[in-house]
Amino acid sequence: MGKKGKSKIKKRLKYFSNTRVYEYQDQAFKYFGLFCTLIGVVVLMLLLGDVLYRGLSRLDWDFIMGLPSRRAARAGIFTAWVGTLWIMVLTAVIAFPIGISAGLYLEEYNKRSRLSNIIEINIANLAGVPSIIYGLLGLELFARALRLGESVLTGALTLSLLILPIIIVSTREALKAVPYSIREGSYALGASKWQTIWFQVLPAGVSGIFTGVILSLSRAIGETAPLIVIGALTFVPFVPEGVLDSFTVLPIQIFNWVSRPQKEFSENAAAAIIILLSITFIMNGIAVYIRHKWQKKVKW
Amino acid sequence: MKLRETIIEKLLLACSLLTIFTTVGIIGVLIFETIGFFKEVSLIEFLTDTEWTPLFSNKRFGILPLLTGTLLTTLIATVVAVPLGLTIAVYLSEYSHKTVRNLVKPMLEVLAAVPTVVYGYFALVFVTPMFQKIIPSLAGFNALSPGIVMGIMILPLVSSLSEDALYAVPKSLREGSFALGATKFQTSWKVIVPSAFSGISVSIILAISRAIGETMIVAIAAGQQPRLTFDPTVPIETMTTYIVQVSLGDVPHDSVEYRTIFAVGMTLFVVTLLLNNISFWLKKKFQKHHR
Repeated sequence: MGKKGKSKIKKRLKYFSNTRVYEYQDQAFKYFGLFCTLIGVVVLMLLLGDVLYRGLSRLDWDFIMGLPSRRAARAGIFTAWVGTLWIMVLTAVIAFPIGISAGLYLEEYNKRSRLSNIIEINIANLAGVPSIIYGLLGLELFARALRLGESVLTGALTLSLLILPIIIVSTREALKAVPYSIREGSYALGASKWQTIWFQVLPAGVSGIFTGVILSLSRAIGETAPLIVIGALTFVPFVPEGVLDSFTVLPIQIFNWVSRPQKEFSENAAAAIIILLSITFIMNGIAVYIRHKWQKKVKW
Repeated sequence: MKLRETIIEKLLLACSLLTIFTTVGIIGVLIFETIGFFKEVSLIEFLTDTEWTPLFSNKRFGILPLLTGTLLTTLIATVVAVPLGLTIAVYLSEYSHKTVRNLVKPMLEVLAAVPTVVYGYFALVFVTPMFQKIIPSLAGFNALSPGIVMGIMILPLVSSLSEDALYAVPKSLREGSFALGATKFQTSWKVIVPSAFSGISVSIILAISRAIGETMIVAIAAGQQPRLTFDPTVPIETMTTYIVQVSLGDVPHDSVEYRTIFAVGMTLFVVTLLLNNISFWLKKKFQKHHR
């Protein structure tokens, strides 16, 4: 701003009393706040727009069912999404029962004990560990020490450890929302602790738990770094047929294509991103739907 | 019956103990391989040498270039996310209409759900070419665009946690301020934000810790050239990118090159652990303060 502009403002300010200035300041911030909020939304739109613009023309049945190829125009994502599916199912099978059980223990059993306290602090710390560190753990422990190699099982075990803290925390939140009177009613009728949990508490909290586990799984399928570290391959021309086969997943396929300089490959990446984002958004949508329905329906 | 109850309880306990084993596993693996690494490389060289070239024939093991790379991208992300996130939090909690809030909040949450590899694509294919039109000297790989995109990624973390903190400020403080004739702007920034300060700092620290550990955005868009610089327009390499780079290559196990990723991982782990625990400590203090 030049000198002229500044003095102009000073002159103007004289005409207003302080209160008027503050009122303008208040109004100005209101619009500035709206503007800042919209930046986030605009970036999201730009991202989605760019992905659709570049990728939509590439997206067809051959692309989805095609095997990977070194030629961009012939390459498909069949092995990638089948790998993602394998990882998703296996991770769910491993992580859900363990995570929900741990959540049950911490919320329903020794709530105030020292051990529970330590576990709680530990979980909070684990949730903040960068995902790539879990990859280093998976590489040493599962891939090398247990000799599972760069298999689907190694990947699923690694991702299970990664999402356990999320499942445990959300399970506990869901159980907290179940009123204590439900438990007392069950005990009054002579039910044991486990009977109370199994027949009363779990059914009452099931939608909350579901929301949490679906969100955690949606996080798991978007993860790339830990899977690269455990040694998941970037070029897999076959689909895994067992848990010990090597694999690739959609995010790694996208990473592989993005890393190549040719324009055709970034179009492939955009098309694969459309599929990955669709899966992510659908899962998030389901989670939000369950939460919404649950909030409406249940009135204690 | 009693026996069944006990068995179930022990089983559930075992599941929750698994989280402890995870921590022990992470620390154990990192320490074991890092000790192996420091048998061959001195700690002083690791911390003070200004070059990082373990994959070349002339090996140098100074982590400083990787640290500055991480610091630079994190700094850019913080500069984007903190002012923006705080403004959004104040706007949403003190100013906005309920309909705007209900419309915008889910959209910001979507930003947090996007896989990071997608942000990496966005930084490399969209943001960098866009900036190159404004700054012609900007290299294809640089710290600037992944930093900014990372800022957008951690934006929902800052805005929603800060908003929670602002929301927790008792209503009487607002009413007192209004009664003294203050405007909403004055009330927000001189009364509400200062009293929610610790909650806001928690959100900022957690966001920084997330940015430090973020991998795919920088691995895709920031380059793989470790160099000691704070110039945001040239290719750099972060700690996380280095781990990815080695994982993709053909480094033989049980070599010093292989162990470098654990030494780098250890550094990363210590830094994020420290930041997370500062935030827990602040949060605890903050909860006591409000009671």
